[in-house]
Amino acid sequence: MSTFFTSRLLFISLALVVIAATLPLYVSGYVLGLLTVAFYFGVFAMAWDLLFGFAGEVNFGPTFLIGVGAYTAGILNAQLGWSVYACIVLGALASVIAGLLLALPALRVRGPYFGLTTLVAVLMLQNFIVVFADLTGGEIGLTIPDVISINAGTNYWIALGFMTISAAILYGLSQSPIGLVLQASGQDPVQAGALGFNIVKHKLAAFVVSAFFSGLSGALLVFYFGTASVGTVVDVAVGVNVIVAAVLGGRRTVLGAALGAIFLIVAGEFLRPTGELATFIVSAVALLVVLFFPGGFLGAALSREART
Amino acid sequence: MRAFQILIDGFAISALYALGATGFTLIFGVSGVLNLSHGAIMVAAAVAAWAAASMLGVGTYAGALIGVAVALLTAFATYFAVVKPIQDSRRIPNEEKEIFVLTGTLLWGIMIQELIAYFFTNNAKTVLPIVEGVVEILGVRTPRNEIFTAIVCCLVIALLWLLVNRTRTGKAVLAASMNPRGVTLLGLELTNIYIVVWAIYGILAGIAGVLLGMFLGVSSYSVGPLTASAFSIVVLGGLGSVSGSLIAAFVVGYLETLTAYLVSPAYRTIPALLLLVFVMYIRPQGLLGRR
Repeated sequence: MSTFFTSRLLFISLALVVIAATLPLYVSGYVLGLLTVAFYFGVFAMAWDLLFGFAGEVNFGPTFLIGVGAYTAGILNAQLGWSVYACIVLGALASVIAGLLLALPALRVRGPYFGLTTLVAVLMLQNFIVVFADLTGGEIGLTIPDVISINAGTNYWIALGFMTISAAILYGLSQSPIGLVLQASGQDPVQAGALGFNIVKHKLAAFVVSAFFSGLSGALLVFYFGTASVGTVVDVAVGVNVIVAAVLGGRRTVLGAALGAIFLIVAGEFLRPTGELATFIVSAVALLVVLFFPGGFLGAALSREART
Repeated sequence: MRAFQILIDGFAISALYALGATGFTLIFGVSGVLNLSHGAIMVAAAVAAWAAASMLGVGTYAGALIGVAVALLTAFATYFAVVKPIQDSRRIPNEEKEIFVLTGTLLWGIMIQELIAYFFTNNAKTVLPIVEGVVEILGVRTPRNEIFTAIVCCLVIALLWLLVNRTRTGKAVLAASMNPRGVTLLGLELTNIYIVVWAIYGILAGIAGVLLGMFLGVSSYSVGPLTASAFSIVVLGGLGSVSGSLIAAFVVGYLETLTAYLVSPAYRTIPALLLLVFVMYIRPQGLLGRR
């Protein structure tokens, strides 16, 4: 990737963020609400891309990390009445711990086995939420008394700011020497190890960072919705959407993942009139992209840029 | 009394799990593909059998046959429309193909699931059983259908064993699972072997799906749990090892039945998941798997 393009990418993203920041001045609250969710979703997808695109680990259970963060924050607030900000921080921390617990054994296994372990983790979390319904609200969901703000504009700005900062950190990390080592160990672990890099340590670090941002975003989302439920933050289908968003936008690009997430959420809204077929259409489009444009949106743009 | 009941119910469930997981593990063993649309194919078979028997009124036998045929067609569609294009693609690097196949088949499964929900609603459907009535075994009232399910599953698995170990085609399949390059050097077309394997898989998944529809009933919500249970059984047994899957299917089947009877049906799947996590910690390649 040439420095020229990097700087242009930076310029375009900055311009987009500035335009996005002015939206609350002339757009309805409904659109803002939609985009707020899309921005949190974008962070999920970027955090996932750091693991998959760079560390080469397919995490089939992004919602395990998201769900642990979201539910920890929600339960602390609903059951113990702790303040919103303490809950959000603790939610992110819980997610990091859960990520470590998951990663330590899972990183011993490769490829499909890793993917499976993460998928099983989601199913376990889902089961435990349903079993301990007194604490978690079970299948109905947990109602959370506090919210960050009731103003649509404020919520929108918080989400946008959070996504921008996360994107800057995650993208910076992916372009840093750590990101390069991750990429090398994802593509050829044996050779990267032979060059003297501690692969396990790097992958563990990637997992912790991914878990931190997933958990933080999950906790923020819960305080935006005012409720935590299996259907919104834990279900395997939500995880699939995160993966689809990252692959659609272009894996190994971090920023593409956010684009993919925003596209998915907005497209889902446009397809709402088609009713039950909406999920079908989104899946079909995603499958076509996977089959014919494996690089995704940003991947296609980057390769065109590289040719000219 | 209750012990016998657990023994009998557990056997039927386990046999059904074994049948469902065998095809799944066979595909992985031969072509390295983890087909995440597995549950969707099983549900498609059951729903087709249900629709043919109760909406078109063709009878239970013809309905079951139609169900298996639909599963076979869906399996071929999965191979030709999703798996093969990814395997042949030059734009996807080889080391990422596995991940693309996983993502692609997952999306494909969701598409099938949504179509079923759209045309046949989300309601649970029970396929009319081929045999009806109840018999007493060791003092336990057992539906004949349950016995029928267990027998068919065991028969089909035995047939599969004969096919793989005693016929020329089967031996080619076995050879392809050991060394694909060696098979091509012997002048066999690898694609043909894959087609045979997907055909076997489609039939197995179809029979398992139809039997499941008769025994427990299915809905479009069963897609995810079915894929997950096949996946966990196969991993518990060791990816690609058919005998490992058979053992694992019985372990999981009995564990679930024991939990459902002795603790609570709500906790049914939890012990099996815990066991799976435990096995992944100490023996990631599964009970009989190779690394």
